[in-house]
Amino acid sequence: METFLGIDYPTWWFLVVGGLFSGYAILDGFDFGAGAWHLFFKSGYQRRIALNAVGPVWDGNEVWLVIGGGALFAGFPLMYATFFSSMYIPFMLFLVFIIFRAIAIEFRGKEEMKWWRKLWDTCYSISSIMLAFLLGIVLGNVLQGIAIGENYLYQEAGFFEFLNPYSLMTGCTSLALFMAHGAIYLLLKTEGRMFAKLTLLLKKGMIFFMVSFGITTLYTLLYIPHLSDDFKQNPYLFIIPVLTFLSIANVPRLANKKRFRIAFFFSSLTIAFLLMLVAIELYPNLLMSSIDPKYHIDIYNSASSTKSLKIMMTFVAIGGPLVLGYTIFVYRTFKGKVQLDETSY
Amino acid sequence: MDTEILARIQFAFTVAFHYIYPPLSIGLGLLMVIFESIYVRTKKKEYHVLAKFWTKIFALTFGIGVVTGIVMEFEFGTNWAVYSRYVGDVFGSALAAEGIFAFALESGFLGVLLFGWNRVKPWVHLVATVGVFLGSMFSAIWIVVANSWQQTPAGYHIVGEGLNARAEITDFWAMVFNPSSVDRLLHVWLGAFLAGAFLVLSVHAYYLIKGRYVDISKKAFKIALVVATVFSLSQLASGHSSAEGVAVYQPAKLAAMEGHFAANAPADMYILGWVDKEQQRVSGIKIPGGLSFLMHYNFNSPVTGLTAFPKDERPPQVNAVFQFYHIMVAIGMTLILLTCLAVFFWFKKSLFEKKWLLWIFVFAAILPQIANQVGWFTAEMGRQPWVVYGLLRTSEAFSQAVTSNQILFSLILFFAVYSLLFLLFVYLLNKKIKHGPYDESEDDDRPLTKGITEVLTGNA
Repeated sequence: METFLGIDYPTWWFLVVGGLFSGYAILDGFDFGAGAWHLFFKSGYQRRIALNAVGPVWDGNEVWLVIGGGALFAGFPLMYATFFSSMYIPFMLFLVFIIFRAIAIEFRGKEEMKWWRKLWDTCYSISSIMLAFLLGIVLGNVLQGIAIGENYLYQEAGFFEFLNPYSLMTGCTSLALFMAHGAIYLLLKTEGRMFAKLTLLLKKGMIFFMVSFGITTLYTLLYIPHLSDDFKQNPYLFIIPVLTFLSIANVPRLANKKRFRIAFFFSSLTIAFLLMLVAIELYPNLLMSSIDPKYHIDIYNSASSTKSLKIMMTFVAIGGPLVLGYTIFVYRTFKGKVQLDETSY
Repeated sequence: MDTEILARIQFAFTVAFHYIYPPLSIGLGLLMVIFESIYVRTKKKEYHVLAKFWTKIFALTFGIGVVTGIVMEFEFGTNWAVYSRYVGDVFGSALAAEGIFAFALESGFLGVLLFGWNRVKPWVHLVATVGVFLGSMFSAIWIVVANSWQQTPAGYHIVGEGLNARAEITDFWAMVFNPSSVDRLLHVWLGAFLAGAFLVLSVHAYYLIKGRYVDISKKAFKIALVVATVFSLSQLASGHSSAEGVAVYQPAKLAAMEGHFAANAPADMYILGWVDKEQQRVSGIKIPGGLSFLMHYNFNSPVTGLTAFPKDERPPQVNAVFQFYHIMVAIGMTLILLTCLAVFFWFKKSLFEKKWLLWIFVFAAILPQIANQVGWFTAEMGRQPWVVYGLLRTSEAFSQAVTSNQILFSLILFFAVYSLLFLLFVYLLNKKIKHGPYDESEDDDRPLTKGITEVLTGNA
């Protein structure tokens, strides 16, 4: 198989997709997280600040999902087809909530009535929570393996197959992770009493995360031992979980010192490390069959042709720096605390 | 109902709904760029007001476009798994290009476009507006390339057999410039410009009739009228060129568009008509040999008809294709007529006294929308029974792992949520139009305006 810098093309594309999904999780993670806390703020003014903290960026963050999904489709079409058709219900719910959330953001500020604001605040928060949770649910199913059979087709077609103890645990973990991450983002964007309240909320969020992450890790080690195979074969990879734990521990340490900017960096890093753990656990598989290992979908049997992957690598080499450029441009423009003006929500 | 039908209904419903918005984003984007460029060059406040006003309406269409677009991408995988496996290698690279070159550009600059008016200097803001507009144009390129490949596949070869067969790319540029992509891209762009221009015409015609914001509305109306006139005329040429391409590469579709059954005979062109598929005849008002003339500049030249194809390779819904196509053409002609009439009165300096014409423009905003919709219905239904022309049948392309109950569930959900979304859109659009282009706090020129260097160096 053809390689570039000693690494084959499917592996390169695996890294690209991983990078895009990490970017997506970090970006939409903080705005789902911020949304999840929404009902914890009691005054209308605070809720408005919280909404406008994500106001200029949530649309753009969701575009990362489109790009990540496109990259998965393009690079591993077989995986995309089996994965999306097997997780039909959770993905459909995801779509409905993502639309509902957009509706709530746009609708909320348009009328003054108290019940109106309350209604859309609740919709906004619940859909943010559900989105964070559903991402975890889907990830849990991927890690655990699903019923893939002949011709790499999904064999079950029940309505609630996607709900199982493990996916519920990963769902809670991703929700908790995003909530902690979102709280830090909001801390960067707020002042005064709201800021003080958020420091308390962040503590709660961290505890929620540590507990759910701990339980999920234990469950993974005990009941899904094959996920640790890559670590057993390559002991030097143990550095990744070590770094993950250090990065997690660094977040409350920095938050205590009120150094939220670096804390935000480390909570982003934590998300990236966690996804790196997932990537190592899976590699070279993408979707494991719970029926028979011969039906595992991996990066080789699902990859597009080398020609196609090469073309797309060229796109990434040209487009990647551009994307980074305008993302920095936007965040620089809106750096600092939220200022409401006539263009705000 | 069976899975295939439900999957098709769901895809048609969600994509038709989605396609209300991207053309508006592209078309309004063009007008925003024009308004804002005039402002940056002349420093005339009214163009700033116009640019800002239309940006708000743009924001609405863009937001709905993004969320309904995510649905489309997901549906390829959820509902059309076999199709995704089959085309991924080819279609995927177009989709990846769309993500990296178009969406990232749009979304990157969107924040600055919408919320940066008080944050950056005017020309930095213009850069953002142009960035978003270009992003939406690029996005059209890649998605039309992908769809055109399904109409006229090129630059690929087929590998594997049965369920594991798939198209693999052999020549990227041949895939991008497949026989129909340039024609269809121009047609889509022009349709989008018309959708945007006619919305601007509609809103400002309404203000002119009501005597509100008169000066500013006259300026906006004239600019939008120029855009609409130029592009509705160009659309005629583009449409003709598209049809010539269809005649060569998808003769069955062309035959369905005019209800032409005879295998090899001169073909008529209908102004209005009704197709009887069983009797294989069309009743209506026609120009005998008109289609032959359009394609070969000779009223007696033969055109390949539907009976030249085996029964299972003809578009099953001939009458629907015929009607959709004719509605599109009729609207195209109406738009040319309307804009030329308005230009005529403009030269006679009596345009803004013609209340009846302004009223027509108020309601004409719906016409390009309908034309865009039925145009796509013609293209997609005319391609049936194939999802990839000549290679993969629609009946073989859907997800076998998904049950009809699951699709019914999601279809009902989409129907409910999209109804709400559409209500929201109409409500907000109406509210923004009623509110008008001026903000109470319009004079709030705060000193906080960053130049490009401050943004780049990060000094707030």
